[in-house]
Amino acid sequence: MAVDYERLRERANFVRTETIRLIEIAKCGHYTSVFSAAEIISVLYYHEMKLSDDPDWPDRDRFLMSKGHMAVGLYPILADLGYFPKDWLDSYALLGSALGDHPDMRKIPGIDFSSGSLGHNLSNGVGMALGLRLRNSPARVFVIMGDGEQNEGQIWEAAQAASQFKVDNLVGIIDRNELSLDGATEEIMSIEPLADKWSAFGWNVHVIDGHSIHQLVDTFKNLPQDSQTPQLILAKTVKGKGLDFMEGTRLWHVGLLAGKDAENAVAQLQEAEGE
Amino acid sequence: MELLDKESYHIGHLPAQATSHVAGRVLSDIADSDDRIAVFTADLKYSNGTIEFEERHPDRFFNVGIAEQNMVSMAAGMAATGHITYVATFASFLGLLCCEQIRTCAAYTNLPVRLLGHHTGISFGYYGSSHHATEDIGIMRGIANLGVVCPCDAHSFEQALIQTVDVEGPIYFRLGRGRDPDVYTPDMPWEYGKLSVLRQGKDGLIIANGIMVIEAMKAAEILSNGGLELSVVDLHTIDPLDVDNLVSQLESVDKVFVAEEHSTRGGVATTVADTMVDQNIANVELIRIGFPADEYSEIAAPFYLYQHYGLDANGLISRIKSEYKK
Repeated sequence: MAVDYERLRERANFVRTETIRLIEIAKCGHYTSVFSAAEIISVLYYHEMKLSDDPDWPDRDRFLMSKGHMAVGLYPILADLGYFPKDWLDSYALLGSALGDHPDMRKIPGIDFSSGSLGHNLSNGVGMALGLRLRNSPARVFVIMGDGEQNEGQIWEAAQAASQFKVDNLVGIIDRNELSLDGATEEIMSIEPLADKWSAFGWNVHVIDGHSIHQLVDTFKNLPQDSQTPQLILAKTVKGKGLDFMEGTRLWHVGLLAGKDAENAVAQLQEAEGE
Repeated sequence: MELLDKESYHIGHLPAQATSHVAGRVLSDIADSDDRIAVFTADLKYSNGTIEFEERHPDRFFNVGIAEQNMVSMAAGMAATGHITYVATFASFLGLLCCEQIRTCAAYTNLPVRLLGHHTGISFGYYGSSHHATEDIGIMRGIANLGVVCPCDAHSFEQALIQTVDVEGPIYFRLGRGRDPDVYTPDMPWEYGKLSVLRQGKDGLIIANGIMVIEAMKAAEILSNGGLELSVVDLHTIDPLDVDNLVSQLESVDKVFVAEEHSTRGGVATTVADTMVDQNIANVELIRIGFPADEYSEIAAPFYLYQHYGLDANGLISRIKSEYKK
């Protein structure tokens, strides 16, 4: 089946424009952490992952957002896939909403594990992948992590466990956008050489451009099967990708684009897509 | 090397210990016919007896090394794929080191993760305060969705494991050091979520759990010989709390002594005090007998520590007698 690259690109910008809409409802949110990962989740949900109409299908591929603050970008995809009514999005983060800044698996169909405290979900993913293996399920587990999150010690506990237990149905993805909340990761608490560290922990590392739909599609497609080795995709990205005033700055980690500013931001995204 | 002194031993030949064999044996038996069961430990399979599970179900046993937080989160992740997961490590490390993983990965998600915290209280003796767990009930009962149970011997621990297999959500098992003397005989009832009345007396009530139950029973027996008749209640399940039966017990006496191997702040006594306030039980005096809330432990072998802090039958007797002399 031919890959519809244009559609995947369009869905990535759908994630961005919906994120702008939802955060305006909540009055505050994490734009740039979604924007750096928009192509990654577009390719995963609209191309790579094996899913069904039933969000609880036991053999579905799982996606865990260890960087849970990007959840606002995934909710529109889950609604688009029909896992919950689209009008849930219209009351994002308001009193009574299931949808918060960080995802709750008990409230939101399609969320495979709750998150919010950084450093937890890779461990959850290792356990999940082992649980699926025990059940002889072909399902895979994808866990996206932030780069600042690499500071958390539990990440490395999980990294050694995945390697020890030869968890080859697990794919870690690092959204390497080079910034955490206070500034550049390399200035605050250096994580480099990141690829070497993951290799040293026994993972098979793939360094790619995390905004290239082609590279994402090809990398996922060519992941080795039954390799006895966990896979790590080190996706080089740009924080805030897609809006010129957000790209590469720490300032928009949390913020609000209201009224005209939101309209202008959406216009900029649409203009870029038309090019 | 051949050991010459009969007191010598090494970790491969620990003396026979009743409760420390329960988890490995009972979980292996359950797992024989239940493929959902999986067991994790953090480099402590000899200490907590999960080695029996490893021998009988090697594919479902995961020794994660000395990485307890990862263990709890892994067990939660596996539970999200339809398994019932048991993690076993020292109580001090579960309640304190892994508090957030328990709250966020296991309890917030309401997954069937069973946390077996052994060597609780001050049972580690001269290992020191890093290995003591005198705050764990206080921590765990503050976590929504999390069951908290403290079996006092091998029979009740076995019953607790068997009865809770299909209980929804996570449960914390507060366990002793693995050589806890028997309180229950195999024919005695023990029900998760229901307190056990082990002795009836008209003059007062001792509420205990864990290692303090046997000491309370010994103390009540001796005091009975002197004419003071005390009831003894094993309040093993802290959450869900058996409120109705606890209220009836509290309303039947003027004095209630809570004996616990836990800080007097946040544990069993606090649970009882909360119930007294919430249920408007005003005419009962509550006396807390536990580990001092504002201290860290002295160093000694467990026997001497229990003696030092009055957490043995003799300590209970002298404290109870002094309260009746007032």
